[in-house]
Amino acid sequence: MTAPYRIAGKGHLGTAPVARFTFDGKSYAGLEGDTLASALLANGVHLVGRSFKYHRPRGFLSSGVEEPNALVGVERDAARTTPNVRATVQELYDGLQAVSQNRWPSLSFDVGAVNNLGSPFFSAGFYYKTFMWPKAAWKHLYEPFIRRAAGLGVAPEQPDPDHYAARYEHCDLLVVGGGVAGLTAALAAAESGARVVLVDEQPEFGGSLRFESQTRIDGQDGWDWAQSAVHRLAGMDNVRLLTRTTAFGYHAQNMVAMIERVTEHLPGPLPDLPRERLWQVRAKQVVLATGSIERHMVFPNNDRPGIMLASAGRTFLNHFGVAVGRNVGIYTSNDSAYYAAIDLKKAGVSVAAIIDVRDNPKSAIVDQARALGIEIKAGHVVSGSKGHLRVSAMIVKPRGGGAEQTIAVDAMLTSSGWTPSVHLFSQSRGKVAYDEATQRFLPGTYAQACVSVGACNGSDRLEDLLIEASQAGRGAAQAAGVDHDAAGAYPEASAAEVWTGGMLGVAPGVEDKKAFVDFQNDVTAKDIAQAVREGMRSIEHVKRFTTNGMATDQGKTSNMHGLAIAAEVLGKPIPEVGLTTFRQPYTPVTFGAIAGNARGALFDPTRRTAIHSWAEEHGAEFEDVGQWKRAWYFPTAGEDMQAAINRECVTVRQNAGIFDASTLGKIEVVGPDAATFMELLYTNPWQKLEPGRCRYGIMLREDGYVYDDGVVGRLAADRFHVTTTTGGAARVLHHMEDYLQTEFPHLKVYLTSISEQWAVIAVQGPKSRDIIAPLVEGIDISDAAMPHMSVREGKICGVPTRLFRMSFTGERGFEINVPADYGRSVWEAVWAEGKKHGACAYGTETMHVLRAEKGYIIVGQETDGTATPDDVGLAWAIGKAKKDFVGIRGLQRQDLVAPGRKQLVGLRTKNSTTVLEEGAQLVADPNQPIPMKMLGHVTSSYWSENCGRSIALAMVEGGRNRIGDILYVPMPDNTIEVEVTEPIFFDEKGERLNG
Amino acid sequence: MLLIRCPYCEKDLPEVEFRHAGEAHLVRPSNITEMSDAEFEGYFFIRQNPKGIVFERWRHVHGCGRFFNAARDSVSDKFLTTYKAGEPKPVLGDRE
Repeated sequence: MTAPYRIAGKGHLGTAPVARFTFDGKSYAGLEGDTLASALLANGVHLVGRSFKYHRPRGFLSSGVEEPNALVGVERDAARTTPNVRATVQELYDGLQAVSQNRWPSLSFDVGAVNNLGSPFFSAGFYYKTFMWPKAAWKHLYEPFIRRAAGLGVAPEQPDPDHYAARYEHCDLLVVGGGVAGLTAALAAAESGARVVLVDEQPEFGGSLRFESQTRIDGQDGWDWAQSAVHRLAGMDNVRLLTRTTAFGYHAQNMVAMIERVTEHLPGPLPDLPRERLWQVRAKQVVLATGSIERHMVFPNNDRPGIMLASAGRTFLNHFGVAVGRNVGIYTSNDSAYYAAIDLKKAGVSVAAIIDVRDNPKSAIVDQARALGIEIKAGHVVSGSKGHLRVSAMIVKPRGGGAEQTIAVDAMLTSSGWTPSVHLFSQSRGKVAYDEATQRFLPGTYAQACVSVGACNGSDRLEDLLIEASQAGRGAAQAAGVDHDAAGAYPEASAAEVWTGGMLGVAPGVEDKKAFVDFQNDVTAKDIAQAVREGMRSIEHVKRFTTNGMATDQGKTSNMHGLAIAAEVLGKPIPEVGLTTFRQPYTPVTFGAIAGNARGALFDPTRRTAIHSWAEEHGAEFEDVGQWKRAWYFPTAGEDMQAAINRECVTVRQNAGIFDASTLGKIEVVGPDAATFMELLYTNPWQKLEPGRCRYGIMLREDGYVYDDGVVGRLAADRFHVTTTTGGAARVLHHMEDYLQTEFPHLKVYLTSISEQWAVIAVQGPKSRDIIAPLVEGIDISDAAMPHMSVREGKICGVPTRLFRMSFTGERGFEINVPADYGRSVWEAVWAEGKKHGACAYGTETMHVLRAEKGYIIVGQETDGTATPDDVGLAWAIGKAKKDFVGIRGLQRQDLVAPGRKQLVGLRTKNSTTVLEEGAQLVADPNQPIPMKMLGHVTSSYWSENCGRSIALAMVEGGRNRIGDILYVPMPDNTIEVEVTEPIFFDEKGERLNG
Repeated sequence: MLLIRCPYCEKDLPEVEFRHAGEAHLVRPSNITEMSDAEFEGYFFIRQNPKGIVFERWRHVHGCGRFFNAARDSVSDKFLTTYKAGEPKPVLGDRE
């Protein structure tokens, strides 16, 4: 079966196997090596999409990554549907299924095309002007409608089942672009012995040699020369060749980000292969050989399916062996399109005429076209086109005016010249310079160790280009420090294609009709002129007002036209109007590739304590605390969360509870100056704390606000075991290191994180001593020998322990530190003893309730980074006689000592069963007008089974003077009355610490 | 990703190993309790944040753990030099 537009013997695909595919459900056959675009064209299919705003029928403009029109969905299965795929980039594989987008009910009959009739109303800035009012309508009416009507494809709703890889690479030279310039530079550098990476976005190297039929290098056909160059490079150990790989981001210090498409061209799925691979390359030198991109002619109705770039027509013909039509019209303002006409004619395709805006084009290639008998209408313009779902004719008239002539065609190829691809150069922070003579921006001032060669550098003559690229390759090798002997000869151009010039902006003969500049965003020449007339002066403003160049193609074909039109209306030279910024990525990059493995369980590390598995086995529910999984509560059969917590809270105070406190941050502060250092970092006095005793410490920042807290045990004169909050461990150590290294470097102290070295088992409750007594060796744990707030070293269950007598519940309590490897076995031994005494295991929620019953604060819950020790009732922890500590001066600041600061208080709801919402606001008068004067907010709130009522802590303005006052908590559906109390609800005298 | 030279490790290493730590060459006064409000404000709150050469602290937090200083161009992001904590501000006259 032969596709009707495939020309036997043409192209580079040879006798490739047939690949069957469907488009919008209809079956076609193409060849392996085709793109979806070339395969559709081989079957005569030009209509592939509807435009974004006007829903106009659209076909292929290009044959490459610059494609603005031919976006399709590629559907592999429910989870592997990829929207907005450029059909000109998607390689064909057997079984490929593609669908068109942005049309309803079908591509050839699209209801949305009514927008096209209303297009006078959809001019530039239409959305900004029209949908301003009423404000609420934007969210509920306009935006949903616009999103439906003016859309791209639809993303899959299922999670991405594929995986993505990432690699780093270091090399002497990275060459971006594998056309004639890149291949030449890579060869020169590689032969010098440099480590070279050559990367190209296409499936094969060769660049424009894919379509240049008249180029010969070293006596070979251009394409054949490219293949032999690749063959030579592939045989060198110091060369890495990457195809289907786009260098999309040029970062600082020559780091280039690249995306390799590994399986997009294969029938799949292939679970052993990553779908894409992200490369981060650090290159000593970079050669940019990124080529140039052809621009279309801007003329009325230049967007009909079948109207394409001349280079696309040549690529389809000379590389894929596909004719874009049977009777093709050419419209150009430079020589390059003549080559297309000649190639088509030689392949047996009729060329209707070449319409050239130039009055008297003279060159060898023009003569060649004329000699082949192709009609050339010089000094003529195309003033319009005809056809509905495909171009059927071009309307031609003399440039200076005169009678119009309709010339029947079934395809048109246009060229207005070539735009050097300076995207990566610009991303590298190089500054482009405008070349007046050739009307193009070229690399000007370099910012990094890189050099541009070939078409992206404006090098038009092949002879010069080959020398330039060879020298760049050798120079880069040398600059990278590679010794090389005088390398081989440069490649020589035996025959070359030559073209220069062209035009920017609107072709002559455009009247008040749609002459498209940006196809993907439906921006016409008229829109850009209108934007300038409405006051946009900078090209950045014109761009945003018209959306020119803002679609997924990022204006690769449209930006220069848009700039030229704006400059003309402004009456300014192009460089003064400015160029919009080139940003990465060069072409769209998937989130999957960027995320790589960092998703799901691998998104963030999960930290588990040594006792985690026991908690899991005993039915614990867990909560996330930073990266930690902490046991939240331990429900027994039939218990809901509240019932479990009530039971745990009561059991701890009646008997005892066992709690995994391993996540506490722990830092060992050691050295002859350890106490001096502690004096400087904490508000408390430490010099006189005896070894074996503990103290509750508060750490401030220099501004006087509470930064962290925790119990500190002094193990020896020169050794402190410091605990921090679970979330604060890393930053507290950083804070300590900062002061030790930079402000107090004279102190002989070292700091060691020991958070993960010690597992911590808290045993709290009246039976706690009885529970641990049989397990502890060598420590007298009687009240007399080991009072509250003391620490001892000894053994428990035969393993070393740092045993703390301390309490975060208000009960008699111990915290058993054991080496983490023994955490679970010691826990199990404690649990076995605990069961004999009616103890329970409890989780973080019960820990929170019990400490709130006692009014113990949690840093980060009661404090918010603007609370002083006095605000939270901890002024007693500040060493009054101390001359210095971090935060001492901050505490004296006017606002920190002023009356009326928010202070920690307790709240009792009038209705004892009402549990307040944390974060709820407090007011004195619930009947005052909104906005009410807010006095503070609820910081902690729980049901307390031990108190038989709800309890809450709050930060309230002048709170300690409001004890006994009634305040109100306005909620959406009611107002809650509360009484301000002391921030303690249970055992106010603290007798149970020794109970 | 930037490469940053740790003056202690004497290696150029990826920026993810480092943590920025604010303006450099600020010294905590030994008489901090005697400072006026204005002096304390100047010491603790006011930062230069210039456009151009900035002197700033970095910590090789996922490496040797040491704090050091750097001179960096805040326009180009380029590190001009890095040096050990406690060393004086380098003279940058000959550099770009």
